[in-house]
This record gives sequence, C-alpha cells and structure tokens, in this order.
Amino acid sequence: MSNAEAVAKKFRERDIFGRWLLSFPALFVIFIAAVGPLFVMLLYSFMVKGDYGDVKYWQFSGDGWFSVFFQRDIFDDTVSVADAHLLILWRSIRLAAMTTVLTLFFGFPTAYFIATRPEGKRELWLFLITIPFWTNILIRTFAIQETIRNEGVFNTVLMKLGIISSPIQIMFTDTAVLLGMVYVYLPLMVLPVYASLEKLDFRLVEAGYDLYAPRLQVLWRIILPLTKPGIIAGSILVFIPAIGAYVTPRVLGGGKNMMLGNLIELQFGQGRNWPLGAALSITLMIIVTVALLFYVRNASKSGAGHGH
Amino acid sequence: MATRSRKPFDLRAQPGFLFIAMICFFMLYLPIVTLVVFAFNAGESVAVWQGFSTRWFQSAWHNSQVQEAAWRTLYVATIAATGAAIMATMAALATTRTAGYRGLTFKYAFINQPLMVPEIVTAVALLIVFSRFKVWSGYTGIGYVLLAHTAFCIPFAYLPIRARLESMDLTLERAAADLYATPWNAFRRVTLPLLWPGILAGYMLAFVISLDDVVITEFVKSGGQETLPTYMLGQLRRVVTPEINAISSVFLALSILIVTLFFIVSRKRN
Repeated sequence: MSNAEAVAKKFRERDIFGRWLLSFPALFVIFIAAVGPLFVMLLYSFMVKGDYGDVKYWQFSGDGWFSVFFQRDIFDDTVSVADAHLLILWRSIRLAAMTTVLTLFFGFPTAYFIATRPEGKRELWLFLITIPFWTNILIRTFAIQETIRNEGVFNTVLMKLGIISSPIQIMFTDTAVLLGMVYVYLPLMVLPVYASLEKLDFRLVEAGYDLYAPRLQVLWRIILPLTKPGIIAGSILVFIPAIGAYVTPRVLGGGKNMMLGNLIELQFGQGRNWPLGAALSITLMIIVTVALLFYVRNASKSGAGHGH
Repeated sequence: MATRSRKPFDLRAQPGFLFIAMICFFMLYLPIVTLVVFAFNAGESVAVWQGFSTRWFQSAWHNSQVQEAAWRTLYVATIAATGAAIMATMAALATTRTAGYRGLTFKYAFINQPLMVPEIVTAVALLIVFSRFKVWSGYTGIGYVLLAHTAFCIPFAYLPIRARLESMDLTLERAAADLYATPWNAFRRVTLPLLWPGILAGYMLAFVISLDDVVITEFVKSGGQETLPTYMLGQLRRVVTPEINAISSVFLALSILIVTLFFIVSRKRN
C-alpha cells in the first residue's frame, strides 16, 4: 500500500468514526425510548403474570401467548378458542382493510382533482388537505363524534328535513369507528397518491383517447397502473395506523366495539395481564411488519417495471 | 336543426371525480367548522345553537387544569422538538453526502423505526420499561414524557433535514476548507445557514407531532402530568360542554398557524 493510499484510508476511517459519533445521540435516544423497550416487551410476553399487574420476574411461561388464542375454563380446565380475542383481531383487520379501501375510493378522485388543477392553484387545495392532517387526531375524532351523535348535526338536519323521525344510532357501532377512521386517515391517502399523480404524463392519457379508449378504460388501464406506487404507499400509510388505532375506536366505538389497540390497553389496565398485553402487541407488530414487507416487495417490483 | 354547443373534450376529466372530490372537501371541513362554531355557543349544548358568546373560551382560560395542561403541552413540545431537531441534524449530517459505509442502512432503519410501529405498541412497551424504572429509581417526573416525545419526534425532524442536505453538494464546504476554515467554522458559516430551512421545517414538524400525541403520553405520564390531549381524552368520557370545543378551536388555530409557517418555509426552500 502506498503512502497516499494509507493516508486516504486513515482519513476515511476517521470520517466514518466521526459519522458514528454524530449519529450516536439520535440512535441512543431511539434505542432507550423506542427500540429497546420492544425487546423488553418481547421478554415480558413470556413471563408469568403478576397478581396486581406487572409480571413475576424471571418466571417464564407461555401463558401470555397461549391466552392470545385460547382460554381455559376456570371450573373444569377445558381449553377452548378465545373467540373474544379472535373476534377483536378479525374486527381490527376488517375495519383497517375497509378504511383503506374507502380512503382510496374517496382519496383517489380528490388527489386527481388536485393534480388536474392549474399549476398555481394546486397548492391551495393541497393546503386544505394538509390542515386536517396536521390537526390533532383527538380533535378530529371529537369533531366527527359531534357530527354523528344522536343530537348531532347529521341527525338534526335529517330530522328537520323530515327524512327520518328518530335519530339514527351511529355512535358506538362499527360504522362509527369506520367513519371516524376514514375521516381521520383520508389525508394520509390523498398526499402520496397526489405525489404520483402529479408526475403522471398526460400525453399517455391522450394517446389512450387517440386510440378510442373510453374514459373508464383510460382510468383503469393507464392512470391507475401508472400511479400504483402512490396507491400502495397511501394504502400502507392508512392501513398501519388504522389496524393499531386506539383513540378512534375508544371514543367512537365505546366499550363494546374494541379494536386490538383497546384490547391491549385493557390488559395493562383492568385486565392486569401484562404478558397477554405484550403478546397481543407483538401480534399487532407482526401484522404491521407483514403489511410493510408486502409494500417493500411491491414497491421494488413496480420500481423495476418502470425502468425504461 | 339546432346546433348543439359542445364543451371541448377535456383530456383530464373523469366522470364523477369532481363530485367525489367536492364531497371529500365538504366532509373534511363540515365537522371541523361545526366544532369551531359551537365553541361560540351561549348554551351548554354542543349541537343546539343558543346564541353567540365567548363564555366557553373564558371558562377554558380560567380553568386551572386546562391552563396547567396547556403549559405542560407547550413545554414538552418545545423541549422534545428542540432535542429532536438537534439530534436529527447531527444524524442527518452523519448519514448523507457519503459514498456509503457499513452500518448506514442500519442507521436509516433505526432512525425510522418509530414510524413503523403502531403507537399503542410503543406506548405499552414504554409503560413496561418506565414503570419498572419509576419504582427502581423513585423518579416520577416529567422526564419520561420528554424522553419518549424526543424519541418519536426524531424521525419526523430527520425527514426534511435529510432531504435538504441531500440537495446540497459539498462544493461550498470544500471551498471553505480550501480557504483554511476549520471544520467547525465551515459548518457554522457555510453548512448551517444553508441547512437552516430544513432544520426549521424539521423542528416544526416535530413540534406538531409532539403537540398532537395522545397515546404515548397517556401511557407514559405519571399522576398529575396531563397534557392538553390527555386531558381532553379524559373529558370526552364525561358530559361534553362547549368548553372542549373552545379548547379544540384554540388548538386548531395553533396547528393552522404552524402549518402555514411550514408551507412558507418549505416554499422558500425551493
């Protein structure tokens, strides 16, 4: 190795060392207050539950995980499937999926509308989408609660118009949770879809029309495939917080219409079953990770497909 | 035969899209506008209009619980956003403008990790660790909330700072070094002023994220450490008066102010 090479190598090593030093505080804080606790939680999911919450230290058992899916009868010790948990799990997946589909149904045309405005006017429309996005989720949930309550605007207007004679009960149903989540997560769909629509080359659309494609076919075979990356990104951005939703189902769903997030909270509160709560949290994380992997795979696939 | 006037063929139009988009904007704003309107209701109801008054703003203003929670929220957001912006800037400097090195991908993944995990999961994981630590150390102060907020604010602050740095090349820094500027001076006089809009955007993003957090705060806080969002969550279980609307409206105004600033700052950037 020549002298110059040795100097360059040493220089580079020092640079890398400096870079580690610079990133250390951020990595450290994230480790102690985000990543590390997840590992502790994994450990907790395998411990014996304490009598008043918490766990019995270093006494391991699979009970936490067992009770995610099964339950034991207190009297005759028979094992059966924990259908209450599975029902909540199924509800969470179903509501999150429906939220994703509905936000796409409403969000895509909205993003398309913004993307087809004249250049100077797009920012204003975008701004209108961004404001709710930046507003506290609790405030927005509260706002939607006020709207759909029995005494709320929605029912009052319908009754004044004589369309209904008694208020429609929406609060504390799955519909209320779904409505709330669509409302709260809509901007998360519009923004990424807009980002890919903005890059759409409308000459391709024109080519489609020149070849006598009807509007719907142009939408289906040209616009949608070209904006797939944005659609997938938006779906992931909506699905992940929706499946882990806590505030919206708590406020709008009430005690009966729990989602996974509320079930987890229950184990750390009245349920006093921390290992079960930890196991449920990890179950939720696994679902999210699967969704993310699906995204990464699709994103890289469609990325490769567009390399002309 | 009468000639029918036809609109020119609009390439970009899709049937029904305008209609759905308008419904979207209407539905997005109807609840928020209603919320704000009823903050000015003279009566106790949040649905039946009984005349204009600012009494709920006054009662919220004089409510000592609200006052305390509001100050705590701003305090936490300021500290967390400042900490997050500084650490994110350092991390961004360490992870951009390099030919790549071992551990770089790891750093990206690590910094963005809080974005990949549902809030409730992080919240209970922190509850487990911090509750143990509270017993063990005897310290039950606001530090836990500050630490948790700083951690989940870092990835949000990191995004715009990194984006800004990636659009800057090293030419000016090299020129500074050629003119015998020490690395610190080059950073202070060249890099920092250029990076400033990114840092500001990151700071504001982190600030709003901290301001908005309910779930993690709810699980991490000790007794008597309500922030405005956790206070409101507690209130929603009870009979709701327009006072909540008034608090929400002020909160909303603050958010809009910050978004507007954010837009202005990021516009300047381009």
